Parts: sequence; C-alpha cells; structure tokens
Amino acid sequence: MADLAQPAAGPRKVVITGISGRLGRIVARRLHHELDWQIVGLDRRPMPGRPKDIEHHQVDLRSKKARDVFRTGDVDALIHLGVMHDPRARAAEIYSWNITGTTKLLEYCQAYRVPKVVLLSSANVYGPRPDNPQFLTEDAPLLAAQRFPQMRDLVEIDHLVSTFLWRAQGVETVILRPVHIVGPVHNAPSNYLRIERPPVLLGFDPMVQLIHYQDIANAIVAALAPGQRGIYNVVGPGEVPLSAVLQELGREPVQIPHPVAKPILSLAFRLGLSSFPVAELDFIRYVCMVDGRRAHAELGFRPRFGLRETIHAIDEPA
Amino acid sequence: MGLLDRLRQLRGVIPDDDIAGRTQALVVRGNEFGFDEFGLSRDSLRGAARVARWLYRNYFRASAFGIEHIPASGRVLFVANHSGQLPFDGLVIGAACFLEPAQPRLVRSMVEYFVPTVPFASYLFARWGQITGTPENCRRLLAAEEAVLVFPEGARGISKSFSKRYQLAEFGTGFLRLALEMQAPIVPIAVIGAEEQAPAINVKPLARLLRSPSFPIVPYPPFLPLVPLPVKYRLYFGAPISVTGDPDDDDEVLDEKVKIVRHRIQGMIQLGLREREHVFW
Repeated sequence: MADLAQPAAGPRKVVITGISGRLGRIVARRLHHELDWQIVGLDRRPMPGRPKDIEHHQVDLRSKKARDVFRTGDVDALIHLGVMHDPRARAAEIYSWNITGTTKLLEYCQAYRVPKVVLLSSANVYGPRPDNPQFLTEDAPLLAAQRFPQMRDLVEIDHLVSTFLWRAQGVETVILRPVHIVGPVHNAPSNYLRIERPPVLLGFDPMVQLIHYQDIANAIVAALAPGQRGIYNVVGPGEVPLSAVLQELGREPVQIPHPVAKPILSLAFRLGLSSFPVAELDFIRYVCMVDGRRAHAELGFRPRFGLRETIHAIDEPA
Repeated sequence: MGLLDRLRQLRGVIPDDDIAGRTQALVVRGNEFGFDEFGLSRDSLRGAARVARWLYRNYFRASAFGIEHIPASGRVLFVANHSGQLPFDGLVIGAACFLEPAQPRLVRSMVEYFVPTVPFASYLFARWGQITGTPENCRRLLAAEEAVLVFPEGARGISKSFSKRYQLAEFGTGFLRLALEMQAPIVPIAVIGAEEQAPAINVKPLARLLRSPSFPIVPYPPFLPLVPLPVKYRLYFGAPISVTGDPDDDDEVLDEKVKIVRHRIQGMIQLGLREREHVFW
C-alpha cells in the first residue's frame, strides 16, 4: 500500500464529503499530511480548527454550490463519507439528503470527468440474519432493510453507487463495505461500545468483526490507487463474540430478553434514557460477518492493528 | 447388588476418557481470544464434552463400529441417517469421533437455520463447533481440512413418526454437490437406537398452527419428546466413498450418486438392526 503514496505528478485533488465528522478528519489528515493530496471538504457542518490549506465548503450536497466544486474539472477523486445516519433526525429529511445528495454527486462526477469515486458503505448492508453464512461475500443480496426499514438509506446508497459502477465505465468506482469501525468516531458500533452498561439480548452472543479506524483510512488510500474499481468487503483482524469485546472493555452489559427488547428499547430511546437505536437490535442478535479476501487479493489491503488494539481504539481520545 | 451395579456389570468397565487431554489434542484454529472464526471455543467445548461423554458412555451406552474409518486428519464429509425428534444422534456421532479414535476428531454438524434464533442454543451451539447449515459454511470448513457432519434427510428425517423407523427419508443432493466440489471423501454413518429414543407421532394440525416443521408427541409424560429414552446407541462408520464428477450436473445425474450413498447407509442400518438384540441394551 505504501507504494500508492507517491502521486504521479504534483498534489492530486480529492473531494471528501462528510469531512467534518471524526472519520472524515482522520481520512483528510492521512491524505493531506502523509500523502500530500489537496483536500476539498464538503459538509453541511462547519469544520472548526481546520488546517489553513484545507479548503472547506459548508454546503448542502443537493445545492448548486456543491456542483461548483466539481465544475472546475480538476478533481481527481471523490471520497463519499457523507452518509447521514442520525437516529434522532427526521427520517424523510435524512432520506432526501442521502439519496438525492448521492445521486447529485454521481452526476457531477460523470459530467466533470472525475476519474475516481470511493464510497464508504458498510458491511451492515447485508443485514444480520439467522440464516446468514458465517462470511458473506460481495455478491450476497443487501437485505438489511428487510426487518428494520431504518436501514434502507444505507442499502439504497450502496445500490445507487453499484449501478453507477457498471454504468459509468469511464469512472473508477470503488465501494468499500467495512465491518464495524471502532475508534474515537461517531458511528453506531463505536457509540454502542462506549456505553458503560450496554444492552445485550439474553441468550444471544453473535460473533462480530471490528476494524480499527486507522485501518479504514488505509483501505480508502488503497482504493484511490489508479486502476482499482469494484466492490470490496473490508475486514479487520478477526472475529470475536460480542461478549468478549464488552468484557475486554470492562463493560457491564444489561441482559434483556429478546421478545421485550424492541418495545423496551424504543421506549427508552424516545424518552432519551438510551441512545441505542432499535434498528440495530439484530446486530447484537445474529451474525453479519463478511469475507474480506477480495480486498486482500485485489486492493492488497491487510489490517495493521490486532484484535486487542482494535477493540481498545474505542478508548482513544478524539 | 443394586440395579445400577448390575447395569454397570452388563456393559463392562467404562474407559477413563481423558477429556482435558483430548480437548487439548483437538485441532482448533483459535485466535488470541480463544475463538475460531465460527465461534468455537476450546474452553466451552471441554465442559460440553464432559456432558456428551456421560450421555455417550452412561446414558446411551453407545457402541461404535468401524472407528478405523474416521480419518485422523484432512477434509471429510460424514453423512448419517437422522432420527429421534431431538438431534441426540448428532451429539452421539460427535462424541464417538471425540472419544473413540486415538486422535480425537472435532465434528462440525450443519444445524437448521432456526437454531440461531433460539436463545442460548444460538451461541452455545457455535461455541461447541456446530455451524449454521449453509453450503458456504460447509465449503469453508472442508477447505480448512475439517470434518463436517450432514444429515441429508434434514427435518424429514428427524421428525419422522415411529411407524417409519429405519426407513430413510428422501436425501437432498446438496451434500453430494459439496463433496464433489470440495473433493471431500464421504464417510457414511448408520445410527441405530435413535429411532426408539422418542417413539412419536406427528400432530400435523398443531405443527401448522405453530408454524413448526413438526409437532411430535410421545405416549408417556410429559408427552413431548424433551427427554430421550435411555436406548442403546449403535454407530456404524462405513469405509470412505470417494465421489467423482461435475458438481454442477443436473439433479438426475447426481441422484444416481446420492443413491449409492443412501444404499450404503440403508445397508449398514439393516446390518445394525440384525446385530442388535435389544433396543435398550
């Protein structure tokens, strides 16, 4: 992967959506400081404390201003991290933001000849199911929205970009479907692992896969290499039962019988007593693990952090 | 002399199985937390093996024949008849492969898709090495040179009523495709005894009502086959069958090969029934 670090000629320009989030900053920092890319951020949020040489546009992806970023025609890559999944925001607004926003971005990339598009999707799109094989490959159907419609945005964005991958032959499109990203980031699994007394389902203890946030940055860098296109599951250092992760972190799980978990947790969520979204219940019940061999073979991606280091990435200060 | 002593005398001396040593001798591809990729843990297995040993040696007083056909290493597909309402046949086969050969062998049986929805069974089965019965899982384990146990009769076999005992239900072709594709030898197994552990009839309307594959009842309390009768198990391991051909052939072509395996097992069952003197000892 290190050999990808050297740009062919001059600094290359990359647009990163969702740059204001923790993961966005980490990716931007990696590309900017270590690999000397020119960074342009697109986010509806401001980006306080940003380095002076990082360009940032606080815009809505659906707006004209977002188009202007691409219009200059010198963008070498788009990294789309800006998938919004705020469980407390209005579903219709998130849906429009995500679906319309992604559609627009893809339009710009095709119209203004951006040669590389990288989407950070998630292995969660396959959905946790009792009849899942232990390791899902990239051609498995995306069934996450079947039991919990809240997962639908994630699946639809992945579908949108997959279609684009086959339709826009001139663009090298890469979809990364990483397992649960762990670190000082705001995503469902990291938020869950930070809860002191996290809910678990009585009698269920699925195997889970985690990946260190720095490893994800590496996977994105690998996907930016010229010539790479396709859909890749991205896995971390291995598989462990959920209980072993919680034990390693010294958490004290609250056992909830599964028939009452949905009503109890949705009530607690509405009352603000719990931050655990009910849509994620099946992720602590059934397996949703993926086979990462394709990313290893084709992108040359291999996680650098071990299991313990990855689990403890949750303790790192932001 | 008490009844227990009499029974003990009847079946000779129980060997002192070295459970801890045998568990240690198993080939487990565990990570730094002690789990393999399917969630198997040697520590959980050790506890389960003690219970399985008691069931195998004391409760079912199992005899296993053809132990030499259990390969010490390398990929293998165990194919057995399925019966008894509750899958104690799988447990007994697993215990036999763990306790009888010089080098213990871990058997990974393909379990029904509903098992991961059942509290406790969901993860305990995984800790003990049992896997959800998808073709991908089977392929992955065979590629890793493990031993996989399949019951091609599936639910049709285990829930068959008492009047159909020792008549093999229809075999699926899935196991044969996997054996061909992975070039894994098939070791046929006949299980004698499990059919009588829960002489049941299937109440179909209730099964439909509960949307369960079957609703067996037995003619003694508690009328549900929760506790198996202490029948004597006899296991017959047959010589490995190596199958050749194209795994993508039509079902009709594969059916011929499936029949060979099925006939072998049926033959071993007939032999076992002839050799058996009594259901309970």
